Amino acid sequence: MCLGVPGQVMSIELDPLGMNMGEVSFAGIKKKVCLAYTPEAEVGDYVVVHVGFAISRIDEEEAQQVFQYLAEMDELGELEIPQPGEDPAPGADS
Amino acid sequence: MKYVDEYRGSEEAQKFVAAIERLVTRPWNLMEICGGQTHTMIKAGIDRMLPDEVTMIHGPGCPVCVTPLELIDRALAIARRPEVIFTSFGDMLRVPGSTTDLLAVKSQGGDVRMVYSPLDAVELARRNPDRQVVFFAVGFETTAPANAMAVWQAAQEKLDNFSILTSHVLVPPAMEAILSAPDNRVQGFMAAGHVCTVMGYWEYEPLAERHQIPIVVTGFEPLDLLHGAYLTLEALEEGRSGVVNQYSRSVEREGNLPAQKLLKQVFEVCDRKWRGIGEIPDSGYKLRDELAGYDAELRFDVGELVAQESPDCIAGEILRGLKKPHECAAFGVRCTPEKPLGAPMVSSEGACAAYYQYGRHKVAS
Ligand code: SF4
Repeated sequence: MCLGVPGQVMSIELDPLGMNMGEVSFAGIKKKVCLAYTPEAEVGDYVVVHVGFAISRIDEEEAQQVFQYLAEMDELGELEIPQPGEDPAPGADS
Repeated sequence: MKYVDEYRGSEEAQKFVAAIERLVTRPWNLMEICGGQTHTMIKAGIDRMLPDEVTMIHGPGCPVCVTPLELIDRALAIARRPEVIFTSFGDMLRVPGSTTDLLAVKSQGGDVRMVYSPLDAVELARRNPDRQVVFFAVGFETTAPANAMAVWQAAQEKLDNFSILTSHVLVPPAMEAILSAPDNRVQGFMAAGHVCTVMGYWEYEPLAERHQIPIVVTGFEPLDLLHGAYLTLEALEEGRSGVVNQYSRSVEREGNLPAQKLLKQVFEVCDRKWRGIGEIPDSGYKLRDELAGYDAELRFDVGELVAQESPDCIAGEILRGLKKPHECAAFGVRCTPEKPLGAPMVSSEGACAAYYQYGRHKVAS
């Protein structure tokens, strides 16, 4: 129900009530989306769309956060993926 | 970045699982609030990737599941009226009321239509001035701004043949109710990312403080869920409470201010009954008095309805995390997605349907 789907804003226009409406592309499928709640969104931006409304503009920099996190942990050598069938050596964790 | 596939990588998922395994030293119970998160978690098998110490409890975050039976019966009564075009999101159509569902009303000649957006319902009202268009406005804070906009537009245009049947629920009061229950087992929350996209997360700060628990605002893709679980467990292991934002690509502390502004113009907070949980104070929205003319419950008098829940259904215990779906005697036997006895089996975001759909009924656990 609360699903939000990211899509890219292709065009923006004002509707008769003076509201921002836009065309948003979801992996090539275009839909009409109300942009009244994301007045900062510009053509080319990605937005999260829920029931025909953009509810946020996706922050490009923050979007990297998950991967940065993993990279940092990787650098600290904290992430060794145990190989299947191979038990971690006793005490290796502590 | 396309913001979808990148967050589904299995190598990254394994890295998170390894990190969580290193982190966890004792048993913890986490709750993911949102049904969309439950669905992804069971589909991707994330709850099974986590170490045995970590128990995921599936929260009440499925608006379809918590909509009271009486309200569904009311929807059915309104949808049967000949002058009405009854509109709803697809997932409400198959929810059983006491005796039937909206799809059955449609097959008996009722004009029931599925819409993608509440604005589509407003458009139907514009095009059918001689009919009454009713929209079944269910949902959490994520959906409320869309429904508010539908009413606002109807009011601007003085469309007097449009109304909504409101069943809006709010997440923080439900979290408070879960934490305050004497049998509560939840030690940390993964809060629903899109609810926070709209409302922000400042409301969760006093909640985390009062109950001394960590709350991590979490997104919806598999890596978001693993990252959210990692951050919650990290806080638990370190004995920290407070709010952390995992879903920062979409959520800011203040939330979406233009959306909140319209919400305040259209709705006010009220007590609401949650199916399976009961009444929770200040846990819902109703239309403001000035807009009561758009309230379908007032427009169509359907009389007093007494709802009859299936005595076999233990949805209440499931929604509070006391039992898992496969612990219900009816699960997969008398209750299946084709013939659901209770709402958590109807919506694909309900815990029972998610367990059924991904084969959890075949595994004795
Ligand atoms: S399996 Fe069916 S009857 Fe049992 S709790 Fe879930 S919805 Fe209710």
